[in-house]
Amino acid sequence: MTTLKSLMVPHRIVMMLLFAALVLWCALSLRWDWIPKYAPLALEGLWTTIWILALTTVLGFLLAVPLGLAQAIGPWYLSIPARTFCTIIRGTPLLLQIWLLYYGLGSLFPQFPWIRSSELWPYLRQAWPYAVLALTLSYAGYEGEVMRGAFSGVAKGQLEAAKSFGMRRFTMFRRIWLPQAVRNVLPTLGGETILQLKATPLVATITVIDIYAVSSRVRSDTFIVYEPLLLLALVYMVIAGLITLAFKRFENQVAR
Amino acid sequence: MELILETLGLAESAQLLSLSPPGWGANLLRGLVNSLKIAFGAFGFGLLIGLFGAYGKLYGGPVLRDLLAIYTTVIRAVPELVLILILYYVGTDLINKASSALGYGRIEISGVVAGIWVLGIVQGAYSIEVLRGAIQAVPPGQIEAARAFGMPPIMTMWRVTIPAMMSFATPGLANLWLIATKDTALLAIVGFSELTLETRQAASSTRAYFTFFLAAGALYLIVTLCSGVVFAWIEKWARRGQPSLREDRT
Amino acid sequence: MKVKTILAATVAALTLAAGAASAEQVKIGIAAEAYPPFASVDSSGTWVGWEIEVIDAVCAAAELDCVITPVAWDGIIPSLTGQQIDAIMASMSITEERSKTIDFSNAYYNTPAVIVADKSMDIEPTPESLAGKIIGIQASTIHQAYAQAYFKDSEIRVYQTQDEANQDLFAGRIDATQADSIAMADFVGSDAGGCCEIKGPVANDEAILGKGVGAGTRKGDDALQTALNAGIAAILADGTHEKITARYFNASIYSE
Repeated sequence: MTTLKSLMVPHRIVMMLLFAALVLWCALSLRWDWIPKYAPLALEGLWTTIWILALTTVLGFLLAVPLGLAQAIGPWYLSIPARTFCTIIRGTPLLLQIWLLYYGLGSLFPQFPWIRSSELWPYLRQAWPYAVLALTLSYAGYEGEVMRGAFSGVAKGQLEAAKSFGMRRFTMFRRIWLPQAVRNVLPTLGGETILQLKATPLVATITVIDIYAVSSRVRSDTFIVYEPLLLLALVYMVIAGLITLAFKRFENQVAR
Repeated sequence: MELILETLGLAESAQLLSLSPPGWGANLLRGLVNSLKIAFGAFGFGLLIGLFGAYGKLYGGPVLRDLLAIYTTVIRAVPELVLILILYYVGTDLINKASSALGYGRIEISGVVAGIWVLGIVQGAYSIEVLRGAIQAVPPGQIEAARAFGMPPIMTMWRVTIPAMMSFATPGLANLWLIATKDTALLAIVGFSELTLETRQAASSTRAYFTFFLAAGALYLIVTLCSGVVFAWIEKWARRGQPSLREDRT
Repeated sequence: MKVKTILAATVAALTLAAGAASAEQVKIGIAAEAYPPFASVDSSGTWVGWEIEVIDAVCAAAELDCVITPVAWDGIIPSLTGQQIDAIMASMSITEERSKTIDFSNAYYNTPAVIVADKSMDIEPTPESLAGKIIGIQASTIHQAYAQAYFKDSEIRVYQTQDEANQDLFAGRIDATQADSIAMADFVGSDAGGCCEIKGPVANDEAILGKGVGAGTRKGDDALQTALNAGIAAILADGTHEKITARYFNASIYSE
């Protein structure tokens, strides 16, 4: 961690002053008069970004555990589909996956008129279920690959010891294998979550109004190009910073 | 062949994807070529940044090191989509302003070059980290030996450090290459005619969204799988003469 | 060796790109996303449509060496001000809001804004009738501005292209869309558009909906604006405009 002392080196003070001057210049000479008008919308968008991020990382992780397990120790009829799934998710652009799920599936709806009268229709009409599904699958695909390594990385001796004590397979998985594998992947989880954060703006292309969509709206309403984008970049940097900090604390607690 | 397609109900899709008009296959392939051009250029440009950046981070002065740290942190925290928009609009605007201030006319920037420049800057940040780790993994004795023979620094870099670090860098670089190919899809949102945009145009003209997105996915997947084979071969080549890493896994 | 080749190739590519500049060419920006029947890519990869032919005719009449340059629709004005293109001819309506940022030539076609919805739905093109309904519109268009100003009680979904909004209308995810009547007549006549019909034009508001479609030019680029005006006047006078229109539509789409 950067401490206050390490910031008090002459060249860093000069750089910070230059940076402060740059911020001041941005604040004074660029246009920010649109902020009050769009602030409520931006807060809503920010909230959408955050809940989509949180929901999809949790769901994705839950899906990644069986995917990793299937690849690490599963019989061939489980490991091959799991590996294929991970390869496909990791081998194609997320933007394409989102469009395939939203527009691709949507283009098939008219062939099945009963869909419109089904119970699920109110959800199928919305855009966010597709966004959540696509981002969950994507996170599961990437994290499943990491979990595979984590499960393989648990020392065999511990498992053999548990077996010799007559521990049941499921207890063994719950008490020894899973906790150790999760601890193994913890350092990578923060990074993967930031990657997931960086994937969220793609949902704006299927009409979900996240913080990125709000900045696009400002751009198209006011024809101001750089200011909303710069502010947007800043917002993402702050969220990424908070995620890093949160995972550091979490990791310290687990390691204790 | 046609009979099989007919029975599977895929005849229509096959016709849509055929290479000669009225099929859209040629459009998709042209998009793929553009995507690969951009990905290759961006990967190379990123490597260039990465190599100098890694050396700067390892051996540079405090100011250079801090600047590089800011660069890598910012790039890795901001979504690629946002970076692409900023770099695309700001970058081309600044270049044109600079060139007209210097008295030259407008500089023509083609889509492919703009894509390379934008994605290259993003790739560079990741490249720096990969290459820095690889350079650090080179046994210092090898570099010291080169120095002891009086090899100038640049020659040491070309003859010793880079060949020796290749084996450590290939897995990370392979990953970066895959990211580069997939990130080209984001350029569709800025309107570059690469695979994803061509697919979108074909899909909206024919309304066969499902067919075209699946086809494009298959093309990306083929690129990924082929790159995997090539990189496995490169890694084997870079690692020749070194003990296998897999042996100590029991 | 390998690294050297890559470096050499990159440097060569960058220098090549920076070199090729030719001052006389006029880059006409069109939207990279298809907008049939005005501009779309055909299966051989060439741009076709009413507007493409008009661009060629205007440039020929004004003796300009034009190059058609597709750019993203929602970034087309920044591309113009950022000098990546010299003029916009992408079915862009002449509005007061846009005129603050760019200049416009005289109009070369006009088209009222209409509401399109499913045939079975009883919808009038009024805010009251559309209250509580989901309306899809294309980003950065006069329709977005209009919908945001008038349809305050409806849910507004913003799409990147009109085609995607049409697709979701067809899939039933949105109840209605607002767009140009001519483009919509084309959609309603197609197979997919069979679901839907034009419910009628929205109440006019010239401040938002503008005074027809014109070519956008950079502020201060009077020479190009004059040339384009001359070109438009010439093709209107000599019947070229009418001839092109007859090939696509069965009625005139230009009025004084």
